[in-house]
Amino acid sequence: MEQSNPSPPTTRRIAIDPITRVEGHGKITLLLDADNHIQEARLHIVEFRGFEKFIQGRPYWEVPFFVQRLCGICPVSHQLAAAKAVDQLTGIRQLTPSATKLRRLLHFGQILQSHALHFFHLSSPDFLFGFGSNPAQRNIAGVLEKYPEIALKGVKLRKYGQQIIQAITGKRIHGTGTVPGGMNKPLSIAERDALLADITDILQWSQEALALNEHIHTAHPEHHHFATLPSNYLSMTGASGELEFYHGGLRARYADGNNIFDQFDYCDYQQILREEVRPWSYMKFPYLSALGIEQGWYRVGPLARINNCNMISTPLAEAARQRFKAFGQGKFVHHTLAYHWARMIEALHCAEAIDELLHDPEITGTELIAEKGQHQPQGIGVIEAPRGTLFHHYQINEEGLVTKANLMVSTTSNNQAMNESVRSVANQYLDGQEITEALLNHLEVAVRAYDPCLSCATHALGKMPLQVTLQDVNGKVIDQLTKGMSGEIHR
Amino acid sequence: MLKLLLFGYGNPGRGDDALGPLLIERIDRLKLANVTCFIDMQLLIEHATDLIGCDQILFADADMSCREPFEFSAVNAGKDSSYTSHALTPAALLFVYQQVYARHAPPAFLLRIRGYHFELGDALSAQANMNLEAAARYLQQWQLQQV
Repeated sequence: MEQSNPSPPTTRRIAIDPITRVEGHGKITLLLDADNHIQEARLHIVEFRGFEKFIQGRPYWEVPFFVQRLCGICPVSHQLAAAKAVDQLTGIRQLTPSATKLRRLLHFGQILQSHALHFFHLSSPDFLFGFGSNPAQRNIAGVLEKYPEIALKGVKLRKYGQQIIQAITGKRIHGTGTVPGGMNKPLSIAERDALLADITDILQWSQEALALNEHIHTAHPEHHHFATLPSNYLSMTGASGELEFYHGGLRARYADGNNIFDQFDYCDYQQILREEVRPWSYMKFPYLSALGIEQGWYRVGPLARINNCNMISTPLAEAARQRFKAFGQGKFVHHTLAYHWARMIEALHCAEAIDELLHDPEITGTELIAEKGQHQPQGIGVIEAPRGTLFHHYQINEEGLVTKANLMVSTTSNNQAMNESVRSVANQYLDGQEITEALLNHLEVAVRAYDPCLSCATHALGKMPLQVTLQDVNGKVIDQLTKGMSGEIHR
Repeated sequence: MLKLLLFGYGNPGRGDDALGPLLIERIDRLKLANVTCFIDMQLLIEHATDLIGCDQILFADADMSCREPFEFSAVNAGKDSSYTSHALTPAALLFVYQQVYARHAPPAFLLRIRGYHFELGDALSAQANMNLEAAARYLQQWQLQQV
């Protein structure tokens, strides 16, 4: 593994710890040079990697359930990626039609609920009230107060996604939907009909959410430059280049839209991706090996997927993609805040795809297990999780116990891009100035566009400090703000 | 007869953080009339919709700083900084309920069970298990008084 050099000695540091309205615990350190210009931005992730050790020695069939404990927001994404890997471990290449459709339905429900949470709960306050507006109002409670109709629809969209998950996995958390080679229970007709009863509202609200985001982005030219980065993009696409979340080939494209590779078999991902280790971060920095460390970083997630795909299989989302493409004049849209617009195109696609699947007779089928094949020593499962491409890679011994696990999560793939976005915004808004909460929030708006999932859902009371530290060129702390659990701030 | 909602939250993959779900799972197995049990890893905003129709709520959570073996207290709806995270506090969830449905939230209580080890992959610690037993006895007495 390559290692970069530590920071030069003639810089001073501003640390923001932790970032609010992201999942988990992270902090930002800004390295200033002697002239108070931002030399480098570092987004620190302080948790997560221990999970790969935690799972070693476990039986492979337990893996899809253990990995759900990574996070309270995206447990289903981890379950599905692990389930695909376990299918390979048991030598299964093809699931039954009903099992495939149930997994897809589960995945669409997961993406819908996560996207709704991200926009309505975490990001809409920034856009509805303004990045620098009163922080007492700029939160979901403020949205509920001033825009109750918008907020309530967001809450209900997320709830609907959760209802799909509960119907298929049987429980709100730690459900047991997937088994090696299929699913463990069918969707009953009563469960299907209960979900169908609300789908018309869900389709309508998804369109409204998209329209809101489309308007916000197109009507605000200042958003077009905020944290904007030309970048490479990586995503999975279907065989015809269509938007695909569950199974397909890997596609990477340069910032100008030309292919780096296409329909690449994800089982060989180690041939095309490498990870750089930097001494100041627990999180690695992946890059496309063909382009090297400097040029090979890339972005994943909704913006990557909508830029990369040739079409979307559902009509309303495809029409929205065409408008997105027209906005970019046929080229890739690199605006970081367009992540939100792309995210709501995907949410609408999820609603349409859920509608289609619920009307498919095979969704209530009972043939759910494929015939097992010959066990394999290695399994690799890749899906498009809400935040981007998710890799689960396991090796097992002859007893079926996990000997090695490698998880490359979407937040890791976006690591360099998030650092670049933070640096861009810091240079625009913070250079040489005192940190204010409004300025701090500009940095967080940039990070939130990616919706980083930084943690694993520990939330015991009394564990949410917020600390901002300012250090001079010699490392001496010259200012510090601490925000407590109840919101009180101490200097 | 009062309808009770018991809501335990925490990550079972993180040692003593499992205390809330473990407690409520135990009560759920009793299949008591007029008692609804929920568990989840975190309190999230859509959980406000789960509070409809209940007369009284009890939240159960692990706590690394409360007195041993547990602390029981009333919770009032309140706007706090948990709005800036994916996960809400019980007070914030009640506040969301009031905003969404324009009515007072039901009386609510928080049972904080003392935990000690919260690292990923940790098992429930012996001391936390003793605290869980004490909390379960207390909760059953409390529940009998309410229903």
